[in-house]
Amino acid sequence: MAAHLSYGRVNLNILREAARKELREFLDKCAGSKAIVWDEYLTGPFGLIAQYSLLKEHEVEKMFTLKNGRLPSADVKNIIFFVRPRLELMDIIAENVFSEDKMHSARDFHILFVPRRSMLCEQRLKEQGVLASFINIDEYILDLIPYDGDLLSMEYESAFRECYLENDQTSLYHTAKGLMTLQALYGTIPQIYGKGDCARHVANMMLRMKREFAGIQNQILPVFDTLLLLDRNVDLLTPLATQLTYEGLIDEIYGITNGYVKLPPEKFAQKKQGEASKDLPTEPKKLQLNSAEELYAEIRDKNFNAVGAALSKKAKIISAAFEERHNAKTVGEIKQFVSQLPHMQAARSSLANHTSIAELIKDITTSEAFFDNLTVEQEFMTGVDTDKVNTYIEDCIAQRDPLIKILRLVCMQSVCNNGLKQKVFDYYKREILQTYGYEHMLTLNNLEKGGLLKPQTSSRNNYPTIRKTLKLWMEDANEQNPNDISYVYSGYAPLSIRLTQVLARPGWRSIEEVLKMLPGPHFEERQQLPAGLHKKRQQGENRTTLVFFLGGVTYAEIAALRFLSQMEDSGMEYIIATTKLINGTTWVKSLMDRLESQTP
Amino acid sequence: MAFITANWNPLGEAFYRKTELYEMCWNLRDGLRDSLVATAPYGGPIALLREPHRRSPSSRPQLEIYFSSGVSVASFPWKSGPVVHLGWTVSDELLCIQEDGSVLIYDLFGSFKRHFNMGLEVVQSQVLEAKVFHSPYGTGIAIVTGSSRFTLATNIEDLKLRRLPEVPGLQGKPSSWLVLSQDRQTKVLLSVGPDLFILDNTACTAVVPPGLSPQAGNIIQMSVSFSYKYLALFTDTGHLWTGSSNLQDKLSEVETKKSTPPRQMVWCRRPKSQQPSVVLMWDKLLMVAGVCQDTIQFPIEDPCVLVGELDGVRIISSSSQELLQEVPLVCQDIFKIASMAPGALLLEAHREYEKSSQKADEYLREIKEQSMLGEAVRQCVEAAGHEYDSNTQKSLLRAASFGKCFLTDFNPDVFVATCRELRVLNAVRESAVGLPLTFTQFKQMTLQVLIDRLVYRQFYPLAIEICRYLKIPDYQGVSRVLKHWASCKVQQKDLTDEAIAKAVCMKVGDSPGVSYSHIAAKAYECGRTELAIKLLDFEARSGEQVPLLLKMKRSQLALSKAVESGDTDLVYTVVTYLKNEMNRGDFFMTLRNQPVALSLYRKFCKLQEQDTLKDLYNQDDDHQELANFYVTASYREKRLESRLSLLQSAVDEYNKAKNEFSVKATEDEIRLLRFQRRLDDEKGAGLLGLSLQGTMEALLALGLNKQAEQLYRDFRVPDKRYWWLKLRSLAEKEEWEELEKFSKSKKSPIGYLAFVEVCVKSNNKYEAKKYVSKVTPEQKVKAHLAISDLEGAADAAIERKNESEIGVVLSRCSTNDRLLMDKLNRARNSIAKK
Repeated sequence: MAAHLSYGRVNLNILREAARKELREFLDKCAGSKAIVWDEYLTGPFGLIAQYSLLKEHEVEKMFTLKNGRLPSADVKNIIFFVRPRLELMDIIAENVFSEDKMHSARDFHILFVPRRSMLCEQRLKEQGVLASFINIDEYILDLIPYDGDLLSMEYESAFRECYLENDQTSLYHTAKGLMTLQALYGTIPQIYGKGDCARHVANMMLRMKREFAGIQNQILPVFDTLLLLDRNVDLLTPLATQLTYEGLIDEIYGITNGYVKLPPEKFAQKKQGEASKDLPTEPKKLQLNSAEELYAEIRDKNFNAVGAALSKKAKIISAAFEERHNAKTVGEIKQFVSQLPHMQAARSSLANHTSIAELIKDITTSEAFFDNLTVEQEFMTGVDTDKVNTYIEDCIAQRDPLIKILRLVCMQSVCNNGLKQKVFDYYKREILQTYGYEHMLTLNNLEKGGLLKPQTSSRNNYPTIRKTLKLWMEDANEQNPNDISYVYSGYAPLSIRLTQVLARPGWRSIEEVLKMLPGPHFEERQQLPAGLHKKRQQGENRTTLVFFLGGVTYAEIAALRFLSQMEDSGMEYIIATTKLINGTTWVKSLMDRLESQTP
Repeated sequence: MAFITANWNPLGEAFYRKTELYEMCWNLRDGLRDSLVATAPYGGPIALLREPHRRSPSSRPQLEIYFSSGVSVASFPWKSGPVVHLGWTVSDELLCIQEDGSVLIYDLFGSFKRHFNMGLEVVQSQVLEAKVFHSPYGTGIAIVTGSSRFTLATNIEDLKLRRLPEVPGLQGKPSSWLVLSQDRQTKVLLSVGPDLFILDNTACTAVVPPGLSPQAGNIIQMSVSFSYKYLALFTDTGHLWTGSSNLQDKLSEVETKKSTPPRQMVWCRRPKSQQPSVVLMWDKLLMVAGVCQDTIQFPIEDPCVLVGELDGVRIISSSSQELLQEVPLVCQDIFKIASMAPGALLLEAHREYEKSSQKADEYLREIKEQSMLGEAVRQCVEAAGHEYDSNTQKSLLRAASFGKCFLTDFNPDVFVATCRELRVLNAVRESAVGLPLTFTQFKQMTLQVLIDRLVYRQFYPLAIEICRYLKIPDYQGVSRVLKHWASCKVQQKDLTDEAIAKAVCMKVGDSPGVSYSHIAAKAYECGRTELAIKLLDFEARSGEQVPLLLKMKRSQLALSKAVESGDTDLVYTVVTYLKNEMNRGDFFMTLRNQPVALSLYRKFCKLQEQDTLKDLYNQDDDHQELANFYVTASYREKRLESRLSLLQSAVDEYNKAKNEFSVKATEDEIRLLRFQRRLDDEKGAGLLGLSLQGTMEALLALGLNKQAEQLYRDFRVPDKRYWWLKLRSLAEKEEWEELEKFSKSKKSPIGYLAFVEVCVKSNNKYEAKKYVSKVTPEQKVKAHLAISDLEGAADAAIERKNESEIGVVLSRCSTNDRLLMDKLNRARNSIAKK
């Protein structure tokens, strides 16, 4: 079920197993039959840890979604609420419990806070007069969830917003805790690098927590050699750009949530031979996307322009494999062929799916609108006319294109110009307010606070220096057979990944100047290992770095890191962790304030 | 060595021996006479209260505490009420049960810890007798009062008093009684004359011991074994009955021929006893009565006290302390005269070996012939454990070590462990430490508890040595000792806070598992708040620091520690606490100094307390946020007027914040809302809530061009955007003439390709054509293509000699356009040639 988690350099299945064990232990604490009431947001992440079968083994008979009013009836002994520690959810729980009490009372209530219990919430329950109704109040420390063999995410949606707009560092505390859990399972990470205020804060907390655990020495041979903590606000540009890898585009266009994507069903209609096409399905087609699928693992990180070739190559291999049957003469050969059939059929259906997806995407990427948008993005990234009002953006506003698209472009221009000239800045803002409504004023405020959209404060625009030093723009990006990470954005090399790359070789000392231009401190810390745990490195053995993106990471960035891992001479393998998997749209959305008028 | 059996006395099949443990260090003038004595099993301490009934205030009775070896620990005059009974808890605390039912608890060093009461009614009726007992639940107390009622507390740490039912016909105290702990129940067994009763929570039941003859007389003494499994009853005719404590089986009956009640009667057994016995003590006689009906008799001179142990009985007199126990089987095997057990032969072999005699080889061969060498070694090791004399231990262990040289696959673990543990046992048996533990007792109590006991006695260095010697993981061993040491250290009144903090920090350092907050809490308990704060500074876990700081009312410090930890929930805990404790002004001021806490509190207010949020911004003169607050609030208003007034407040605040853009934007918003309301009222246009762009669009759709025009001017809408708007609106309404007029009104700021495209979108290629000629040369090809005029596009492209444009046109050609394609290809080739 989760075998793909153990194929990578680091066996992330250990983490998953640890999480499952803890879940089982909690479930067994509530003896007897159970119903789980879910905070809906949690079901996705939980699905990656435990399927329904595990819950069922532990006598979970019913599952409900947490909502106001009465709980649906269920003949169970225990009702368990799985919730995030949020005050508004407490009120719903209180309502549930109240209406339940009036009915019949022989049920036991439990609450499981994910990832951490909260005094405020418990107090809220107390104020509501239901705290005493709970037999167990527990926390399920689920910080880092394995998403793939090399990918961990906390799926903490509001992390960036909380850190930069609200000065609420809860997510960083959870990050530090999650990293401690990780170290408990995979050994102390001897080296910690970081860039950014949040990175510094997380590292401080980690070192502090290590002191708290002093003495309970971790006797596990370290799996990770290095931890790199990166603030998202060090590289605001990358997520704003449209991702051009296969997986990145799927996410940009359809959105991947918890490893699943929902696609328009038309292209997936089953067409059986001889049968006229039946009614088209209306339910969106839901597909799971991870490295367990061989073909997907192969093409996910390719530039979309290289996907077609890969798919047709695969198609040839598969049909060749099916042709094999004609060569199978002896009984033994036929038997061998048959034994491979299921695998081949899976490959064929996987191929069919991805061909369909690629077609869907192609329709969009070949459109003029997509092309125009990309052209403007690339102009900004190469520093063309970033100090003037951009006609394309103006036109888009006039056409009332989706606001988020506008915001992404305007923010991108601002970032690439190290802030917009006051006149340009005000002009854009006025255009947006007049066209999309004054209620977006707070959103603009937020973007400004977050540094995505800001007026130029110093006359010097240091983006070109950064671009040149870090080689953020590569003229001759090779999309088919890439030799540099810039292929993921067809020319633009993500800043965050360049920093990672330079850290590995030749080291950050070579780019001190640029690091100083980027916000927040950069630092290095070492954690002492107990004697005897120092790794004796084999000749040619790769080092492993855990790169933690505080505030989110995009699929294109992940693709770039995977590319670096696979480069033969890099000598480094990367495991990626983040507070949330994001793209420009979800990211900007998380920074918006939605005000809705109550005036009739 | 030959004398080892000298102190063995046969009893039935088994032997009993009496070994001297200590010559008592104490110097008791009057011996143990006229004293209340409390002793504890597992070599526990001894407490003495001399002449407990002396009541004149001029000469108060003296309470004395000693280690088992008689080393004096504490001595102080008893100033409280008359004491009925003394007893020790499992954690070496002294319980003094007074006549009035109050129980005072002292530690080993005689300092008062706390007290509790055995029930109000006791004050009246007085305690006649009390007993302290131990069970899996901890230490308990049972009393019988003047009104002949029993009260029980099974665990004094979790005090729950149980008053037991009345015993029919009982006057005063029963002739004898004891507490039984069986099947998770605690009961009282008591005798009234010849009758025996069991008293439990619900009832008083008469019971008859099986096989006790009715002529036996009144039961005047009883005793239950260490494990609560066996019971002994003594009657006034000198008849001793023994049996199981559930009164199902009889073990034996012995006639002691003594009619006076024994001063004490105690079971003497060991786990897997061959010949359990009961030890009875009279003034001058100690009698061991076995279930085999044999007895051993020892004369005694001084008054003594018997202490029942797991595997024997300790006999404490004013001058010495002895252990009476059944000789363990393995020791019998080895040391019994002329024993041929393998262990005995091995011991002999080794002895000969030391003498360099070849007999050693003979003995060894004899053992090996029976393939019993492994067993021989095992016996020697085990026997060494049971021997108290270190020379005997050594010779047995040497013999074992010698024997195992001849074994090929011998697992040395037990041997090594026994050597180590014996070394530890010998160390704690030292008179100065005074813990006369047997090997069996040590195994039963566990090393953890032994270390605790040493810690209670403040033998910190020894405890640490033992932890290190036995290689106990730090957080179970050394750290635990250090924790106790530090907790004790902070109570030293003669040292300054600095000195103590320094000493603690130096010793404890970063030892794993030592909680500075625990030590600090101790210091705070003793009223040393400053010291507590100093110590808390060393605490690494903020979660532990914060609650104590709050308790000590150091809320500012608590807040900064909470912030430092990064644990936002902890910050909220402190903030909530402060909010309730402080007045609002102070609270806000405190938050102001802690930006992180302030932000969190703001966030909380945003969700829960909007008004407080406003006050917070007001206090901080944060005009920008205050303005944003008003803006947010305005959207919640149902009435337009209040919405406008909130927006006006926002304008004022933006002004104060010098945020010109926002001032302007908000003023625009107000203006737009007013305009919309007016038009809605006048024309029912349904504009309210639309954006400016939306409003203009709606106006144009409604044909209210003038009003749209007015907004365009008033709000200084850029021409481009307005042209787009108007263009689309006209096309949508298919007002083609108007559109043409509009296109000619002035030079289009958005060019004319837009016109072409919008017309095409409205499916009017005819109108679109009108604008193609006006399009700039760069867009000509696109324009022609938009109206599907391939020829025109081709011409334009060829004219512009633009290769890529030619390509675009070519890609749109189908097979029918062969001529055109040829033309385009030719043009392309000619461009390429140049």
